[in-house]
Amino acid sequence: MTPKCLHAIRRTAAWLGVVLTFGPFPCLAEAFPQSQQTTKTEFLISREAVGKRGGRLVLSLRAEPKTLNPIIAADAPSREVIGVMQADLIHINRSSQLTEPGLAKSCKVSKDGLEYSIELRRGLQFSDGKPLDADDVLFTFRVYLDEAIHAPQRDLLIVGGKPIEVHKVDAYHVVFRLAKPYGVGDRLFDGLAILPRHLLEKPYREGKLAQFGGVSVPPAEWAGLGPFRLKEYVAGQRIVLERNPYYWKTDSKGSRLPYLDEIVFLFVPSADAQVLRFQSGETDIVTRLGAENFAVLSRQARGYSMTDAGPGLEYNFLFFNLNDTGTKSSPEAARRQEWFREVRFRQAISAVVDRQAIVRLVYQGRGAALWGPVTPGNKRWANTEIKHPARSLERARDLLHQAGFFWKDGSGGDQMLVDQHSSPVEFSILTSASNADRTKMATLIADDLKQLGIRAQVVPLEFRSLLDRVNQTKDYDACVLGLASFDADPNSDINVWLSSGGTHLWNPSEAHPATAWEAEIDKLMEQQLVANSFEERKKSYDRVQQILDENQPFIFLATPDILVGAKDNVGNFQPTVLEPYALWNAENLFLRNAAETGGK
Amino acid sequence: MKSPPRKQRIVLLFLVLLHGIVLVGGFVAPYDPIRQDRERPYAPPARIHFVDGQGKFHPRPFVYAQRLRAGSFDQYEDDCATSIPLKFFVSGASYRLLGVIAAKGHLFGADGGTANLLGTDGYGRDLFSRILYGGQISLLAGLLAASVSLLAGSIVGSVSGYFGGWTDSIAMRLAELCLALPWLYLLFGVRAFLPLLVSPVKAFLIVVITIGVLGWARPARLVRGVALSAKERDFVRAARGFGASHAYVLRRHILPQTKSVILTQAAILIPQYVLAEVTLSFLGLGIPEPAPSWGNLLSSLQQYSVLSSYWWMYLPAVAMVPFFFGYLALSSALQEGRRAAKMDL
Repeated sequence: MTPKCLHAIRRTAAWLGVVLTFGPFPCLAEAFPQSQQTTKTEFLISREAVGKRGGRLVLSLRAEPKTLNPIIAADAPSREVIGVMQADLIHINRSSQLTEPGLAKSCKVSKDGLEYSIELRRGLQFSDGKPLDADDVLFTFRVYLDEAIHAPQRDLLIVGGKPIEVHKVDAYHVVFRLAKPYGVGDRLFDGLAILPRHLLEKPYREGKLAQFGGVSVPPAEWAGLGPFRLKEYVAGQRIVLERNPYYWKTDSKGSRLPYLDEIVFLFVPSADAQVLRFQSGETDIVTRLGAENFAVLSRQARGYSMTDAGPGLEYNFLFFNLNDTGTKSSPEAARRQEWFREVRFRQAISAVVDRQAIVRLVYQGRGAALWGPVTPGNKRWANTEIKHPARSLERARDLLHQAGFFWKDGSGGDQMLVDQHSSPVEFSILTSASNADRTKMATLIADDLKQLGIRAQVVPLEFRSLLDRVNQTKDYDACVLGLASFDADPNSDINVWLSSGGTHLWNPSEAHPATAWEAEIDKLMEQQLVANSFEERKKSYDRVQQILDENQPFIFLATPDILVGAKDNVGNFQPTVLEPYALWNAENLFLRNAAETGGK
Repeated sequence: MKSPPRKQRIVLLFLVLLHGIVLVGGFVAPYDPIRQDRERPYAPPARIHFVDGQGKFHPRPFVYAQRLRAGSFDQYEDDCATSIPLKFFVSGASYRLLGVIAAKGHLFGADGGTANLLGTDGYGRDLFSRILYGGQISLLAGLLAASVSLLAGSIVGSVSGYFGGWTDSIAMRLAELCLALPWLYLLFGVRAFLPLLVSPVKAFLIVVITIGVLGWARPARLVRGVALSAKERDFVRAARGFGASHAYVLRRHILPQTKSVILTQAAILIPQYVLAEVTLSFLGLGIPEPAPSWGNLLSSLQQYSVLSSYWWMYLPAVAMVPFFFGYLALSSALQEGRRAAKMDL
């Protein structure tokens, strides 16, 4: 495989965050029998509990969505709103984490794995009543693949260095041809919203597509295939979506989904304000809660219930600056770099960090301690061989002693750790000033390090200047950060582990692997990308986890639980540990006493 | 010299007393302010008892041991079976009295347990000790920053008011520029140029100098006004006529006139600067954790969860009230005195 093609796959897989599966793909149509209720529309029948029509669901968003146009949306609020307005051919169920049919009735893969034949459901309509057919699919992929558009999805559709070819067989059959077999399989189609050709072809031809579909677009000029469509946007206040009357799913009793008449997103900038709104009953669902706010809400719960969905996929870690800053750095910085490069130094720090205290004091026990990137929320990929050693001051002292560090009496009568040149070991730990949790972790770590005679200074910085230091100027000692994978698959983090990755935080975008173990990780990550079975992939990724554990480029700390709350009358509310935590099954959500709530 | 009026004396005495307590904070505080007790996050204030559960009176005050309720993170209950007597003049954590003398003696301490009179914070650190130590840093920062501002302000103000002309124009335009400067962004700039690993002492000095330097403009304008009118006074003209130098006139005649303005400004600026430190701490420019300061003690109150769950986290704010009240009372007493002095003239 050429490096270029590998790179494309890597980028693709990283962006999508999907599980690679190989072998024949099941015919999805068999798994989901079609409705016989109308001869025209081929509905998908939902298997969730039957609910009640009507009502309005209110949620808060931390910021205004920047756009409703899936071709350019990159921010989380936009993606959350677009998620309930658009639909894809094949969809990953956020709860089971398996694929299920969407707009496609079936998907057949050729034996050589190079051809995907998709059959569309018949009689489907966009939210403005215009019919969907193969031309819309063709148009959609033409737009996504157009270099001039710069769609973030484009990377996903370049396989083996060549864009996916899309051919129309007839009005309901489309064939996708790949240059190389691609293990991602039908998961590839998740998140690729099918666009309305009748609305977007004109702006596309005029080259104005990227500017089209802002939040202030008139509702009549915007349509999608999702359960909800745009009703109203009030700048600075809210965006209101209404039920899409042409939606293509029904419940098991045959009534058309969604149940809700409206979804209202209020723009509430701070987490605390969101909690207050939820507490006062203004919003029905609250997500992305911190443990402290979760405790406040749980204590005073009236008319709503709080759910701890268990550890999510976010992992928080401490890392040291392992960049080769060369001649640029001052002698002090160069000396500190020498310590950080010493693997026993990093192992000693890992040994002395009190992870249990972090879970208890930062997450109030609603989280889990971590010794690797795979959280307990991800049972499939964890390497069970990796030990979870208890905190040990002795082990840390041993390691530091072996690495040539020793202790001297400091000015205050305390023991002070010094290196071979007798300079005291002291460094700063960056954290984001806007993230109270991570600042707290850093403060706890600094206290742990004091017991080793290390003086660590916590420096909370504004987030952008922190990223600038880590990625651009490389002017820092250590930093506490967190990363949230959006899928349980290792590929969603491939940019973190590959030495050439932009999120390879301890030494980003290396031209060549700086160390032998980074080279080995590179090799293993590429191996698992093209491996044929889960077992083979798991073996490679297990080894990656082991290398990370031995070399401690990240000192893993803890993962928080996914904490959400919803009013008691919200039916079918099933929060998941994958994003979007609450609205992934928006079409099935309903309000139990819809009449009252709807009239509010 | 006339002794200050009675009101001024009372307020002054009150302030001296408060500052005295903070000054010997290491002695009054029972614990090391940065010692974490990870088993006791957000413990509520321990209640002091004289009478036990059986109704028996004890001459020595005591507190009950606090136990975490099973399965809870921050819910404590008093264990009435274990009483912890409070003892006076005990030996405990080492500290430096007045910042110099190494000492271990404390005013009081709990015998065989922990007594957090004002509760603990999220790391289990004793809030009472943190308020006292934080006061040392914050009040010193306030006093020093006010001195820097007033020193710069009175020199620039009196010179510009006395000489007038282009000196005055330049100084005052500069002052206006300073007042109009978006200082928040200036501070971000300052932070960007500083090394990350700043020792707490250096951080403290940076805070003081930044606050002080940024605040010179307002006192300078006030002093200038006084100097402007003072230089027209007959005795100033007479001194000039007798051949006195500018420096002499400024020192002997102009500056004394500005005394009451400066004192009033000081009484207003000190609490203002203590509060400014709150903002700076939040931006990562102030006194860095884990060292306590009133600024970073208050910054945790920005979280709704802390605000609604742990009422004792407000206590640093309550502790500041008498200080600020004292300073404001002093400022109004000084203003009254000034008015009375004017009437006398």
